[in-house]
Amino acid sequence: MTTRAASVPITIRGVAKAYGTVLALDHVDVDVRSGEFLTLLGPSGSGKTTLLMVLAGFIRPDRGSIRFGETEVIRLAPHKRDVGMVFQNYALFPHLDVTANIAFPLKLRGVPAADIARRVEAALEMVKLAGFGSRRVNQLSGGQRQRVALARAIVFEPRIVLMDEPLSALDKQLRELMQIELRQLHDKLGMTTIYVTHDQREALTMSDRVAVIADGRVMQVDTPRAIYDHPASRFVAKFVGESTFLKVETVGGECRCAGVPLEVASSPAAGGAMVLMLRPERVRVGDGGRRDGHNVLEARVTDVIYQGDTYLVQAVLPDGGRISARGIASAAALGRVPDVGDVAPFGFDAQDAVLVADGAG
Amino acid sequence: MPAPEYADDSGATALNARGLRRDELRERLALLGLGAPAILLVIVAMAVPVAWLFGLSFLADDGSFSLVHYRRMIEQPSYARIFLATFNVSLLTTAVCIVLGYPLAYVLSQLPRRAANLCLIAVMLPFWTSLLVRTYAWLVLLQRQGLVNTWGMRLGLWDEPLALVHNLSGTLIGMVHIMLPFLVLPVLGTMRSIDQDYVKAAANLGASPTRAFWTVFFPLSLPGLFAGALIVFIICLGFYVTPAVLGGGKVIMVSNQIASDIELFFNWGAASSLGVVLLILTLLFLYVASRLTRLEHVLGEGGR
Repeated sequence: MTTRAASVPITIRGVAKAYGTVLALDHVDVDVRSGEFLTLLGPSGSGKTTLLMVLAGFIRPDRGSIRFGETEVIRLAPHKRDVGMVFQNYALFPHLDVTANIAFPLKLRGVPAADIARRVEAALEMVKLAGFGSRRVNQLSGGQRQRVALARAIVFEPRIVLMDEPLSALDKQLRELMQIELRQLHDKLGMTTIYVTHDQREALTMSDRVAVIADGRVMQVDTPRAIYDHPASRFVAKFVGESTFLKVETVGGECRCAGVPLEVASSPAAGGAMVLMLRPERVRVGDGGRRDGHNVLEARVTDVIYQGDTYLVQAVLPDGGRISARGIASAAALGRVPDVGDVAPFGFDAQDAVLVADGAG
Repeated sequence: MPAPEYADDSGATALNARGLRRDELRERLALLGLGAPAILLVIVAMAVPVAWLFGLSFLADDGSFSLVHYRRMIEQPSYARIFLATFNVSLLTTAVCIVLGYPLAYVLSQLPRRAANLCLIAVMLPFWTSLLVRTYAWLVLLQRQGLVNTWGMRLGLWDEPLALVHNLSGTLIGMVHIMLPFLVLPVLGTMRSIDQDYVKAAANLGASPTRAFWTVFFPLSLPGLFAGALIVFIICLGFYVTPAVLGGGKVIMVSNQIASDIELFFNWGAASSLGVVLLILTLLFLYVASRLTRLEHVLGEGGR
């Protein structure tokens, strides 16, 4: 199992699925590159799990095309698709032990018994569960079940692996550990992976690219960095990471907020309402905010929230807009934080001031 | 459960400890009080009569202590035949119930909830009519000039009237009809509790629908099937009306023998001893079955 399994690209074209009058998937187009780790990120009810189930063959869409490599699979039965899948609740067979669970796909493929034993052992080792083969599923902890489910999904060396919020049942620390392990395993085996989550941090941590999905539509597909730094819409900016939005007037290529001229990362596009997006951790508050040639807005502080590793200062601008600044909660920094009611300068660099289309949300 | 010993469980540091213990005790007594009527009912209506019959079975006709009734059961082969017939009829009924009921429960479990509940009412409907009415209805349907024979011959399926009633087959038809819901309900309950993701996972791993059923769904449904079959079998052991009406004297189960011992011979001792032996055999059977089900639990949890 140290050899990299062959991987294939996935081409999704015009996939639509309606439940009554509600479009769960609204003509989705996504290209997943061979060997890529792509995350479908969206709020609950956005259609991301529906799309995954369509890929696995458990939901029959109304129309569209799905190709694994060159093969059209949209009408192929689930058991003929040859994709590995990790279910949200793991779906480990409770009447079988760990070994039998992992051997299940190999037996169905007529692998000789000796090979099965060897490959199950290798898979268990890969997920760091060597020696757990004879355990019952109900004797395993959540994290161990997760690993067994993963071993079962990769043991038959599928070219594609689908994961449906596989870490959502784990506690925070284990989840963060498993995020790294899953990603390392993907890099080692190289299969094309589609991962569903509603946790934006998880998506940013693990993915080569992230597809943000809402209302059955793909809002943006891009690298984690691009999604975070240059969201295509207000929705994406709001859903991925923390953000505040400032009303701006764009006149003749110049951008003003409450009468103050601002330098921004991109020149405003013609037409369409735009808002200025700021990430709180990229906004500086207090006198440190004043730097030559940078944007500064004066705002009245309404809340100062201490959150252990960081602090958050929330403030209101003269025009009623809201701005926030987040800083590392060092003792020195906390000493400089303005009090509630103070009017303080909030500064930010031009490349961190991003104009986005003012869509719904 | 003994109260834990605290190092400072005395004097002023034992804050409210005594009062809290008293509250706990009062709560338990209140719970016991709620159960009291039911416990009393079980004692009066169940434990006392059973004990009384148990005592009767050891009394000879003249009122002296004797094992005459039990000796007769061993010496006369007709009694062994009755017990054999009882277990035979019960086993056959259970088997037919499984063959008919398991697929029915499977179909119901796969239907949408509303449709399944409607169908379930159809299964349960005979359950809510009198057992005697249903048994006589079968007599009407199955007799020589009955609906089944008339239609069968008119359609040319058979020429002579079939002997469908007053024999074993008539008894089985009646008993299966009565017992089917007892099998379907527990099996359906278990099937509904099987997470659909297990079957999906099996398909995803490469199992065809048939393979997925036999390797995943069926094993997970076994606890329900086992429970249902056990209930059917145990209830069948005590059947009286159906074999009496539909068996035509050819199917004599323990209950029928008990009835004739009392009605014809006024021999309460003989009847009681039959009841005692049947009870012991049933308990023995239940014990063995419960050992097997515990094994079942060890082998798997039967879904969630």
